[in-house]
Amino acid sequence: MRSISTSLARVLAAATLCAATGPVLAQDAAALRVSALAATCANCHGTLGRAVEGAAVPGLAGMPAVYMVEQLKAFKAGTRPATVMHQLAKGFSEAQVEQLAAYFAAQKK
Amino acid sequence: MMQRRMLLQGAGSMGLASLAGCASDTGAMLTSTAGGGVPAKTRVLVVGGGYGGATAAKYLRLFSGQKIDVTLIEPNDAFVSCPISNLVLGGSKTLADITMPYATLARNHGVRVIKDMVASIDPVKKIAVLASGPTIAYDKLVLSPGVELMWDSIAGSRAANAEGRILQAWKAGPETVALRRQLEAMPDGGVYAITIPEAPYRCPPGPYERACQVASYFKAAKPKSKVLILDANPDVTSKGPLFKKVWAEQYKGMVEYRGQHKATAVDARTNTVKFEVQDDVKADVLNVLPTMRAGAIAVQTGLANANARWCNVNYLNFESTVAKDIHVLGDSIQIAPGMPKSGHMANSHAKVAAAAIVAELAGWEINPAPMLTNTCYSFVDAKNVIHVASVHEYVAADKTFKTVAGSGGVSAGPTELEGNYAWNWARTIWADALV
Repeated sequence: MRSISTSLARVLAAATLCAATGPVLAQDAAALRVSALAATCANCHGTLGRAVEGAAVPGLAGMPAVYMVEQLKAFKAGTRPATVMHQLAKGFSEAQVEQLAAYFAAQKK
Repeated sequence: MMQRRMLLQGAGSMGLASLAGCASDTGAMLTSTAGGGVPAKTRVLVVGGGYGGATAAKYLRLFSGQKIDVTLIEPNDAFVSCPISNLVLGGSKTLADITMPYATLARNHGVRVIKDMVASIDPVKKIAVLASGPTIAYDKLVLSPGVELMWDSIAGSRAANAEGRILQAWKAGPETVALRRQLEAMPDGGVYAITIPEAPYRCPPGPYERACQVASYFKAAKPKSKVLILDANPDVTSKGPLFKKVWAEQYKGMVEYRGQHKATAVDARTNTVKFEVQDDVKADVLNVLPTMRAGAIAVQTGLANANARWCNVNYLNFESTVAKDIHVLGDSIQIAPGMPKSGHMANSHAKVAAAAIVAELAGWEINPAPMLTNTCYSFVDAKNVIHVASVHEYVAADKTFKTVAGSGGVSAGPTELEGNYAWNWARTIWADALV
């Protein structure tokens, strides 16, 4: 019985480890939706907000949420000059901007 | 008690196996212990490894926490990007610059990549038969076959293309290099002509960018030469004012645009193209883009139910309106208003579809408000770029995507700064789909 308990403990440990380090493990429907929303940024800023090496645009992973909300608002308002981002930022609601900022702030760089 | 003991032992051995590297077994085990989420060993077959299919394969693995078993069927050895391929014609990039391997999808994400073609799909039995013979059963099929070039829309073009005399180079690859060679072999003072089919076709601004790239090469190497754009559409279909300004200023006297020129036939012997109404045109290098429709496997499976050319889908999950559990992505679909047939858009489709498939398999409600983005850059020479960008939201009342009011737009004019962003876009989206 002891050996079974030990095995089970290992299983649970492995499961916890993988859940913590897996790239995206949607815990529930809401998390999946936010992951999909954030994936609309990945085409230019990198999967999970991790920019490619030598990128011309910033990576978003680990960016402080308050800063990101400020920047997206500035793009929308036209107070931060841009080539493309001012046009894209206007496509997202305030609630979506908050979700994106919280999501990327929680991603590892 | 005996049964419980055996179950636990089974779970124990799975756990030991997965300690090594967080393999997919761990995901399956999590599901069985949690009693929710995506069922273990769910099989998704992805057909086509372009911008849509490759992205779908990767994001199905990411969004499911590696629980879904994903197999990708792709006939080519490597991914060759259509976006940026016009720069190979202009001479500032090579085919190697726009080629990426599929190996990373397997190595980094556990996608099973099989080099093959799908010969047929049985949507009732839920099986796909590969060209090499084997049958693969699926729970969900993601179909992203791109476009089929309808050579029969232009008499004589199929044979002329097969002989390598009249090229399309619209599917980037060997033809891209072959067309560059034709341009290099053309004497100064010659004429390059491109025919454009009626919209919708793959990559709306692509033909106009190509005209710029060829003109850029001519300006440097063969300044007496001409670029003729013969468009079946009444006017430039994308970034019109921006392209026209570039042609009038940067390529003055070199680029000529003619609308309402619907090609009907070619004569490869004399390199002449005939039109529905207008006079024949003879060119030294003739680049013909035939009418396009959904990839052959989609048509053959009976999914092209929009004008017998494109596949109608439910935009919430990109499921075919004909066949349950077949999700169609990218250029093959019947587009929503303002939605271009572009690589970026296919990548966006793939993420919405992947999230919807994961949600459905997990028993969750599918996101009722998905979003799509599109950014499309065009190089007017080796360095300067213009763009069109858009954001699309699902509108439940109309059951379609619409561009978000007040969002999106185009460049003020070509800049090198946008050139840097365009190349950054390419490198990033290739990684987003494949790495």
